[in-house]
Amino acid sequence: MLNALLLRIGLALGVALGVATLVFLLLHLAPGDPVEAMLGESASAADRAALRTAMGLDAPLPTQWLGYVRGLLHGDLGLALGSQHPVSALILARLPQTALLAVSALVLALALALPLGLRAALRPGGGWDRVTSALAVLGMSLPSFVLGPLLMMAFAVWLGWLPVSGSDEAATLVLPALTLGLALAAPLARMVRVAVGETLREPFIVAAHARGLSGQRVLWRHALRNAALPVLTLVGMQLGALLGGAVVTEMVFGWAGIGQLVLEAIQRRDYPLVQGCVLTISLSYVAINLLTDVLYQVADPRVRAA
Amino acid sequence: MKRALRGGCIAVLLVWLACALGGRLLPLQPDAIDLTQVFAPPSAADWLGRDELGRSLAARVISGAGVSCGVGLAVTLVALLVGVSVGLAAALAGGLVDLLLTRLIDIFMAFPGILLAIALAGVLGPGLDNVVWALAAVSWVGFARLARAQTYAVKSRDHVLAARALGSGRAVLIGRHILPLIVAPLVVEASFVLAGAVVAEAGLSFLGLGVQAPAASWGNMIRQAMQFLLVAPHMLPGPCLALMSLVVCANVLGDGLRERWQLQGSQENKR
Repeated sequence: MLNALLLRIGLALGVALGVATLVFLLLHLAPGDPVEAMLGESASAADRAALRTAMGLDAPLPTQWLGYVRGLLHGDLGLALGSQHPVSALILARLPQTALLAVSALVLALALALPLGLRAALRPGGGWDRVTSALAVLGMSLPSFVLGPLLMMAFAVWLGWLPVSGSDEAATLVLPALTLGLALAAPLARMVRVAVGETLREPFIVAAHARGLSGQRVLWRHALRNAALPVLTLVGMQLGALLGGAVVTEMVFGWAGIGQLVLEAIQRRDYPLVQGCVLTISLSYVAINLLTDVLYQVADPRVRAA
Repeated sequence: MKRALRGGCIAVLLVWLACALGGRLLPLQPDAIDLTQVFAPPSAADWLGRDELGRSLAARVISGAGVSCGVGLAVTLVALLVGVSVGLAAALAGGLVDLLLTRLIDIFMAFPGILLAIALAGVLGPGLDNVVWALAAVSWVGFARLARAQTYAVKSRDHVLAARALGSGRAVLIGRHILPLIVAPLVVEASFVLAGAVVAEAGLSFLGLGVQAPAASWGNMIRQAMQFLLVAPHMLPGPCLALMSLVVCANVLGDGLRERWQLQGSQENKR
């Protein structure tokens, strides 16, 4: 089991290095000279040369890459172009807001998806099943920049119950969390339905019934514990969509998180900041997936033995 | 019931495709500014009303269909070509090539959702072609994974081995003996990628990274509607409903195909 865990961690580290490399290369994808793109055409030759040296762009690419990775290992993401603040400090200042939004959305999604998916699985083809499938298709087809404005129009503009946007008061959290949570609840409910439905057809469920255990006990002790594993994996995978969706949702509601930061950085052509944000979000996703993998191994004796 | 639903979905998709192809032939003026009609609410003549420059929203929604369908199809095509080539190469070459390509796929999969596309579109700069490249860079991975797994399952079947023993070249092996067997899951994946690309294009345009004003795209129309939400709420439903109808239908049809061909677990919709 220890070997399997070490392998997982090794693989995740490799992926993390690859992600960092891709993000590093992002800067060199900008059309023409990155320095020119960042400073604009009006910049003087001296300014350009200064920035080029400061960012180490005059060195050969492999040397630059080594420097970038070495900086990352020390938690150094470079300096933001405009303000010259360290990128890591700018990101850390925004991170709690994004984490708050993501966790609220996740809790909301689980609270909606688990009961819905469960009811749907208990009576396939029944009313709840149909409601769940319809909601799942709808939820997957409603991106946050459609659902968000619609919710905003209904609850903030027409009914006036909630503030339109911002991230100062507690009430401003409701709409963004709802937007993001509903999008996550849709595929989750579907997955819960499939996982519980499949588990209920397993021979050990029939055996448990045959031993005379009550329906409730079979459901809670035998079916749900086994169905929890695929659901856990999917939650981990969907968190990626959640983090990506958070970027757009933050923009819709003016939520001052890391997603809004990356969009501001793109507008100002502040590439070091763009790189830092993209890297932070992606690496958190890698870490979350590693964590679900490890949890899976710990929770499932069959995987542990293999 | 299901048949009616799918028939309806095909009809909706055809209507949008017709708008995309024939929208320019209609006597519509999506860019015609009429300052006497600014924020005019929906009426019998203008059933979605007018925007902040007095342009007809209905005309703009129809002309936006061209952008959505065009980008969606282009992204799906590029991603399909790249993804299937990579998947086939990995599965057929095996060994080190397979290992490296699989790691590459893993790395691209490690970027959450639309984030990589946002970063790419942001760095490449605005413009329709850059949107297509940015989205294709995100979408090829699903095809590659699928093509690799399917090819592995098929490549040591008897008919492939027999063809190889008879001296068939690589092109014949792939084109006649492997691709026809793996095409069904790829088509299902394509319908989901198409839906995803349409959403993602609208998303990028919504963020100001895709189609630029004055050209109309559903995404930048929603962006504008957001700015005038308090003054002119009638600007919002048109592009939202257009986008939803296209995406819901593509997803329903993808599900239908998957059911008909009884495929399991070709990628769940990620976005």
